[in-house]
Amino acid sequence: MRVGVVVFPGSNCDRDTLHGVELAGAEPVALWHEEPDLRGAEVVILPGGFAYGDYLRAGVLARFSPVMKAVRDHAARGGLVLGICNGFQVLAEAGLVPGALLRNASLRFEHRWVRLAVERTDTPFTRAVPPGLTLRLPIAHGEGNFFLPPDELDALEARRGVVFRYVAPEGNPNGSARDIAGVIDRRGNVCGLMPHPERAAEPLLGSADGLLLLRSLVGSGLASAAA
Amino acid sequence: MTIVETAVAAADLPMPLHRALGLTDEELAAIHDRLDRAPNDLELAMFSVMWSEHCSYKSSRPWLRRLPSAGRGVVAGQGENAGVISIGDGLAVAFKLESHNHPSAVEPYQGAATGVGGILRDIFTMGARPIAVLDALKFGDPADEHTRHLVRGVVRGVGGYGNCVGVPTVGGELVFDPSYGENPLVNVMAVGLLEERHLTRAAAPGPGNAVVLFGSATGRDGIGGASVLASATFDDSSATKRPTVQVGDPFAEKLLIEASLELIDRGLVEGLQDLGAAGITCAVSETADRAGTGILVDLDAIPRRETGMSPAEVMISESQERMLAIVRPALVGDVEGVCRRWGVGATVIGRVTDDGLIRVVSGGVELARIPAPALTSDAIVYQREARPPVHERAAPAPGVQHELLEREPGLPERGMDPGAVLLALLGHPNVCSRAWVTTQYDETVGADTVAAGEHGAAVLRVRGTARALVMATDACAAVASLDPYLGAAMAVAECARNVAITGARPMGVTDCLNYGDPGRPEAFWAFTEGIRGVADACRALELPVTGGNVSFYNESGRGAIAPTAQIGVLGLLDDIERRVSPPFRSPDDVVGLLGSTTPGLAGSVYASLAGASLDDRPPGLELGRERALQELLLEAAAQGLLASAQDVSGGGLAVALAECCVWSGLGAQLELAVGSTPALELFGEAPSRVVVSTTPERWERLADLAAGRAVPLERLGRVGGDRLRVRLIGLAATGAAEERGAGVADDVDVPVGALEHAWSAGLPRALGEEA
Repeated sequence: MRVGVVVFPGSNCDRDTLHGVELAGAEPVALWHEEPDLRGAEVVILPGGFAYGDYLRAGVLARFSPVMKAVRDHAARGGLVLGICNGFQVLAEAGLVPGALLRNASLRFEHRWVRLAVERTDTPFTRAVPPGLTLRLPIAHGEGNFFLPPDELDALEARRGVVFRYVAPEGNPNGSARDIAGVIDRRGNVCGLMPHPERAAEPLLGSADGLLLLRSLVGSGLASAAA
Repeated sequence: MTIVETAVAAADLPMPLHRALGLTDEELAAIHDRLDRAPNDLELAMFSVMWSEHCSYKSSRPWLRRLPSAGRGVVAGQGENAGVISIGDGLAVAFKLESHNHPSAVEPYQGAATGVGGILRDIFTMGARPIAVLDALKFGDPADEHTRHLVRGVVRGVGGYGNCVGVPTVGGELVFDPSYGENPLVNVMAVGLLEERHLTRAAAPGPGNAVVLFGSATGRDGIGGASVLASATFDDSSATKRPTVQVGDPFAEKLLIEASLELIDRGLVEGLQDLGAAGITCAVSETADRAGTGILVDLDAIPRRETGMSPAEVMISESQERMLAIVRPALVGDVEGVCRRWGVGATVIGRVTDDGLIRVVSGGVELARIPAPALTSDAIVYQREARPPVHERAAPAPGVQHELLEREPGLPERGMDPGAVLLALLGHPNVCSRAWVTTQYDETVGADTVAAGEHGAAVLRVRGTARALVMATDACAAVASLDPYLGAAMAVAECARNVAITGARPMGVTDCLNYGDPGRPEAFWAFTEGIRGVADACRALELPVTGGNVSFYNESGRGAIAPTAQIGVLGLLDDIERRVSPPFRSPDDVVGLLGSTTPGLAGSVYASLAGASLDDRPPGLELGRERALQELLLEAAAQGLLASAQDVSGGGLAVALAECCVWSGLGAQLELAVGSTPALELFGEAPSRVVVSTTPERWERLADLAAGRAVPLERLGRVGGDRLRVRLIGLAATGAAEERGAGVADDVDVPVGALEHAWSAGLPRALGEEA
């Protein structure tokens, strides 16, 4: 099972994510931004960083890159796509997941360990998470303040599009609407979240909770490859 | 503006060119000697930046030779872009500490950001992937609005650059002292990991090889930064020097890192040098001089981002994110290919020659012709006069902030409630939590951060091995302003101790020596004393100094800064599962104090709040004891005898104990025998002491080990409960109580929650940043 990790110029979590994929038991493969080729990957991850320097606005330039054409097609075919941090911003800018990521309410970059409630454990991205378990993961971003107009938030909630929410004791670190940390698209195959599962995939690093998400993804990729 | 106009405008006076460029008449004569003729304007500009203090080390060079450089595993040392130490298995670590003080004073965000960029380039130039940044920051009074502006800008700048480049900022130091008010210190340490076979030198071997400039185009930013900013004392005209501050682009640097490491990995370069101070002039002259070659520069080939630049501006521009590679002619195409892939411009701008000359040609005309050594290894050297200052009476404690006393009503100057003093110390801006800063830094990118440095030293695992790198940076400027020798030696001891408490063996030292105007004998004396202190401590602890930098002219109209020898120590932990952390671990563990408390409150945080008597001295440092303590810590950690270990430093024993409680959420029930006075026992900062805890079963073994190494170990009590209780016992405690009068508590007895609150609230409150 191959999991592709896109490398944009300015991606800086690509190596960490490739390592995390390996820990989750899949074969990691780097996908270069200039090539519209997924190299046989069944699952694609857009990693964190500052793609194209985040000039203009976080994630806004990356969506025009050749590789994103392939990612879009992959998603349209029902293929699994996960965006982490800057990858979430890219997915949101590309319209593959709902919402916009605004500047943090503090107007500062925020690096913190947060706790996440997993609202749904029936998605391909969370199926290995035991129901009721909260996850401890780090965030590291300047623009993670999830925004949608209230009526669209209601619609998002109504269709169970919220997958992750910031919860106590640390709470909401960035001012996100309704404490939303991660969402899933309508079809259920594209997911974005601000916290970093790949940095919390080993007990030595303070938490292995992130591995549950990466394992979910790998398991789902295997299942869809078999189908 | 031409360089000449820039220089003249900066000086605001018409004068001979060499003086406008910061060269003395004596230096002009020395240039004559080396060229056997008068230099032309371009050559003079090149000399002016290369002979600046910042590039030439003309005042410090004779003294730097006194630092011990040899040590186990050192594969690159002083004189290289960064020190490199082998850690076995074909792996090595590159590390270095460097200052970016004056640019940060003028433009805090860009100054700090480019400070990070510059030190990262020093690391990957050696062939190492940068894996960690630590920042040591020194500012004036945190209540001062200008200081707050500087703090906000510098912290945002460090984060803005490091976060984007994707290198975690894992630790550092933040100290406030009035002496830094006009002249903050921004010292940044970077650490990188490399395969030893990829070690790359900053040399230009092989006449005929191509000289390739890659990265950003050359502009007018940072013209004369080395000579105008870094090598002169600060004054009110500093704001007009803003154009001499470089502007950083971390995205460009990220691409430069990836391109450089790929060039090295594929064996495409013979030598690599980053462009920092003095730009192209420095890069070509240093690489040629190291290889005993020359370089011919084709000025017209250098890509520019502005039109109408003079030859001098092109040659000395400090535009950021540029690298110089020495490439075999047959491989130039491959190098260009790698750079193109990463979106980085690459241009052949010259070739290596065998004539030992730096020549600059344009349109077939030779504009400059200088022997490479004349610009670097044969630059002028000064024997500066060093003279200790004359004190009519013993110096008062530095940084005594009387305003602070007024802001903290209820803190008695004489007699005390030890619990109240402890809370005041925990909330002191030099002691309290750094979370306001560290939450602005990405500490975990790279997925190797086992412990970021809020608790002393940072620990990063080495992937694919059982080992970890442990790193810390410290200075003891408050002590150094009373005794610059002692302060520097203490900084080495404390920094190495912070590494050793984790169980890691200190391997090497990098130093950033921040002092005043070297032309002032008193300031230069402080520098020489600092060197002596670093050298003695490093010899005693058998630590090589593998590199660093010297920053002079840290003065303003209000005088020189506290002499600041900033020390960085890199250590190696063989088995990461054996690492020891500062927080207490389990209730019922036994708490002990390793080392002994010696007299002297001067230079302590306590003294800065409560004042010290004028005849008081800082505590002494016995390097033999320090060494025995550190050896003991390593042995105890290796044998699994330590549940926790915490260095005693700022705020003394009471603060160290409180930190162990706050970070674990566990209380402790302790007794402390008072041999002198309660203030000294609780809040004195005598070095070579560590708070440890261990299980009751292991206590005897730990005690035996300590006795075997003649390290005192005092049993204080047990971990447990939700309060920190320290009962003071002994005759002296009673005597002190009588002196204080009735009604004042003898003991520390504070809920852990209150300790936590004081510690957490300190910095936002000091900076007026409460949420």
